[in-house]
Amino acid sequence: MEKGKDNILKSLDWTTVVLYLMLGTMGWLAICGASYSYIDTSVLEFFALTERTGKQAMWIGVSIIVGIVLMFIDKRSYEFSSRFIYVALILLGILTIFISRDIKGSRSWITIGSFGIQPAEFMKFGTTLALATIMNKYGFSISRRSDFLKCLAIILLPLVVIICQKETGSALVYLSFFIVLYREGMTGMVLFTAISAVVYFVVGIGYENIFFEELPVSVGHYAVTVLIQIFAIGMTAFWCKEKKTAATLLAVNIIVSLIAYWIAVYLFSFNILYVQYFLLLTDIVYLLIRARIDKQKMLVWTSLFIIVSTLFFHSCDYVFNNVMKPHQRVRIEVLLGLKEDLAGAGYNVHQSKIAIGSGGLFGKGFLNGTQTKLKYVPEQDTDFIFCTIGEEQGFAGSTFVLVVFIVFVLRLLRLAERQNDTFGRVYGYSLVSIFFFHFFINIGMVLGITPVIGIPLPFFSYGGSSFLGFSILLFSFLRIDADRDRRL
Amino acid sequence: MNDYTHDSRKFILGGAIIIVLLVYIIRLFSLQVLSDEYKTKADSNAFYKKTIYPSRGLIYDRNGELLVYNQPAYDIMFVPREIKGKLDTLELCSALNITREDFEKRMEDVRNPRSNPGYSSYTQQMFMSRLSAEEFARFQEKLFRFPGFYVQKRSIRQYSCDAAGVILGDIGEVSPKRLKADSYYVRGDYIGTQGLEASYENVLRGKKGVEMLLRDAHGRIQGKYRSGALDTMPERGKDLTLSIDINLQRLGERLLKNKIGSIVAIEPSTGEVLCMVSSPSYDPHILVGRQRGANHKKLANDKRKPLLNRAIMGTYPPGSTFKTSQALTFLEEGIITENTPFPCHGGFVHAGLRVGCHPHPAPLPLIPAIATSCNGYFCWGLLRMLSSNKYGKVQKAMNVWRDYMVSMGFGYKLGVDLPGEVRGMIPNAQFYDKAYRASWNGLTVISISIGQGEVTLTPLQIANLCATIANRGTFITPHVVKSIENDTLADTYRTPRETMASRRSYEHVVAGMRQAVLAGTCRGANLPDIEVCGKTGTAQNKGKDHSAFIGFAPMNEPKIALAVYVENGGFGATYAVPIGALLMEQYLKGELSADSKIKAEEMQNRVIYYGEGER
Repeated sequence: MEKGKDNILKSLDWTTVVLYLMLGTMGWLAICGASYSYIDTSVLEFFALTERTGKQAMWIGVSIIVGIVLMFIDKRSYEFSSRFIYVALILLGILTIFISRDIKGSRSWITIGSFGIQPAEFMKFGTTLALATIMNKYGFSISRRSDFLKCLAIILLPLVVIICQKETGSALVYLSFFIVLYREGMTGMVLFTAISAVVYFVVGIGYENIFFEELPVSVGHYAVTVLIQIFAIGMTAFWCKEKKTAATLLAVNIIVSLIAYWIAVYLFSFNILYVQYFLLLTDIVYLLIRARIDKQKMLVWTSLFIIVSTLFFHSCDYVFNNVMKPHQRVRIEVLLGLKEDLAGAGYNVHQSKIAIGSGGLFGKGFLNGTQTKLKYVPEQDTDFIFCTIGEEQGFAGSTFVLVVFIVFVLRLLRLAERQNDTFGRVYGYSLVSIFFFHFFINIGMVLGITPVIGIPLPFFSYGGSSFLGFSILLFSFLRIDADRDRRL
Repeated sequence: MNDYTHDSRKFILGGAIIIVLLVYIIRLFSLQVLSDEYKTKADSNAFYKKTIYPSRGLIYDRNGELLVYNQPAYDIMFVPREIKGKLDTLELCSALNITREDFEKRMEDVRNPRSNPGYSSYTQQMFMSRLSAEEFARFQEKLFRFPGFYVQKRSIRQYSCDAAGVILGDIGEVSPKRLKADSYYVRGDYIGTQGLEASYENVLRGKKGVEMLLRDAHGRIQGKYRSGALDTMPERGKDLTLSIDINLQRLGERLLKNKIGSIVAIEPSTGEVLCMVSSPSYDPHILVGRQRGANHKKLANDKRKPLLNRAIMGTYPPGSTFKTSQALTFLEEGIITENTPFPCHGGFVHAGLRVGCHPHPAPLPLIPAIATSCNGYFCWGLLRMLSSNKYGKVQKAMNVWRDYMVSMGFGYKLGVDLPGEVRGMIPNAQFYDKAYRASWNGLTVISISIGQGEVTLTPLQIANLCATIANRGTFITPHVVKSIENDTLADTYRTPRETMASRRSYEHVVAGMRQAVLAGTCRGANLPDIEVCGKTGTAQNKGKDHSAFIGFAPMNEPKIALAVYVENGGFGATYAVPIGALLMEQYLKGELSADSKIKAEEMQNRVIYYGEGER
């Protein structure tokens, strides 16, 4: 046992540990800033357990102790017990729906004494374990449909449970596991299609009511048809590796579009959108012909992509304009910057931008922020914790925080890549995906780039369950990483 | 076990992560460093700059008697939205001592966009202004019963004297125009609107202080920012000491009771205005408190215009008082000597023109001509000047004459430290060229020599003429403020101005004026053991003649020079002379003799009937 311990200390990735401690410390200081009150300057007892800062400090301590305990649990134990942990956590999650009290519409909290616990924060751990275990099975191949569906089930089950807890934000985090699947060989088309869908939506709806100067054509609709062509040609060139076909399509599409535009502007005005639809149609036909001649099945998929894209965009447009309720439409319009709704849906983000923007280059100094202290920013110590950093530490400080966080994520990516087996790699990539997704959505939301989805910034946002949950994920992986060279 | 076929994907993923990081850093940079917009927004979010108003400067008279001070007053405000359906109207009416109808009217006024353009049901609206401390105390006891009602404390002016209303002036809410022009003010601030309050606004107002308070997201004040390190203290306004002798002012106002007219007295050596009466006058007290609005309206609509400061805004023909200035001009220009006699056959008769005069021995040299106020003498003098070969043309001569008049302070604003002064009228050659199509001569304009015709002066200019004579040729621009606390007066109120006439010429005029008191038209101005000099004036106009008098005393080292002008008072000797004499006695002796007290009483009760017309 003595020897084993020594090995652990030696083979443990201390870089990650240091980064973890840095993030935890910076996070705790940010919470001090966010909960510090200007008025009661006498209350400076940051470690008092009645204060949020004190509670958070306690949870950090608990997390470190748990982390140390996790050093004694080796990889084999996880592989062995993963299914039990997964099932147990799912059951706990379902139980939560029924026994938890309703807190602001959410049913995700189990209260024990004065402390509340969110089982959802630990379900990531269970899902990660289960995914790593199943993908590590001998003969697993993600391109095999049954295996892929198994993965899908493992990911979607907790997602559904959490949606039932009315925590949509936390549920969306599970989508990040698709990044893991991508790394493990899932066709990139899935991610590509998803990203294309988002792009169509944002461009199409965002510019729907802007028209060309000389023509009665919506810029948004026109841009989407052009994007579909660009994506299709890109797919032909890089996915199907049919450079020649792609070049032909590119040339034809550009020439026809320009001629149509020129005629519409200088000769007689007509709806050039029809020309684009015509081009899409000819593209499909041409791709199908080439597919036949070259016996290239992927070109069929590409033409299918064009059809699905076009249909998707038009149904989106229809849903947005005719199906959605006004308040839902407003949320989307605010997000796309079409409307300023500073008192309603846009309030949080607006105040958050004010708080961050007022920080300037070097910030107002620790505990000197006004916007966060005076409670202009809602959720300032949880989801909007980054505002406090932005306001008090300025551009310099907040950039530092972002860089440290990304260095931490990239370090995990490096650790994941150096694993000798699928279990370790999947486990590591799950962490990378989860941390990055949280970062992407949380910071993006605070900066007004991504939608307001209420998920915490790991190690920064106030909340014991989330800190402990992320710590468990991290330390279990560090132990797995420390074990990678041992033959078990 | 490694799946090497997808190894390149780690670069795609790593690259995506780094791209997101870069996008976020760029976004942060644009939010925090490139844009100032958010910084300003944050400040207006969090900081509530509470203005601390300084106390306005006090005003004293020349003997240190307090005239104007500050008094707290209370405005009753309410937020329409907050009182909806919660107001016990009867209770409120009884607490404020108003009637139900009054209440309804006030509410209507608040909601009327014409009388209250800034109406909003979310912000505080003025319900009732300027409650006294007692009225407020009674209301405050019950304030808790009226949710949505608030009290705003303000500082208003209170007066410890019952005179000098038009000089002291008034304060009122700053006008939208001024608000735009001067960023110092915010809506609802008080600003001097009339009189000294207006002309010395920048001195009296002091400097506002600012308290930096922190305001939370709900608009609640959370305390001082940095414990008040950035706060600025208000600087109280500077006190003014007036040159006005309030007792003299009071006597002047008393003597002009029931008459329209004006009195200005000046200390010749300093240009300090000792009193400036404009009648009818009003007691400044009536513009304090809740009746202010009604009283102000009454004053503004009064046909006799008590709010008009006739001493600087009224222009009158100076009549014979003007002859002194003519004598100076003729002497200085060599048109006459003190010994030059002119005939007077019951007036000036020449080339078919006749300007009447009262009976007196003739011909007379200058000094008795001044003493008897001979019209003929000064008509001849002006005719001789305007037809003199010395100037070549009548136009040239006319403009020389004009230059003399201007040098004596006529024709332009004197520059007194009160708002609204007018310039009066001194005609020049171009004026007559235009009026008579260049075909005119000395005879055409002859009446200006006796202070009639086109010539008009303000009572202040007439008094200044007298002060100039008393000084034998110099004057300091008349001013009402003697000194400003910790500050100096403007240079114009300290530097003497010279007229174009020499001291020698002035001595002759002084002699004439002394003679007028001893044996001439204003014997009524003679005071025992004080050498008084004077000159009457009886200015013709459409109605009954105006009664005028200028006088100064003592003849050598004069202490007071004054002008009295009583509209439609008839002969100078009837009203203006006795009033002038009483004022000189009061000022020089400090009080009136028993005899004079009776005279003053009698003068005060004399009524001139002006009819119902607009004045």
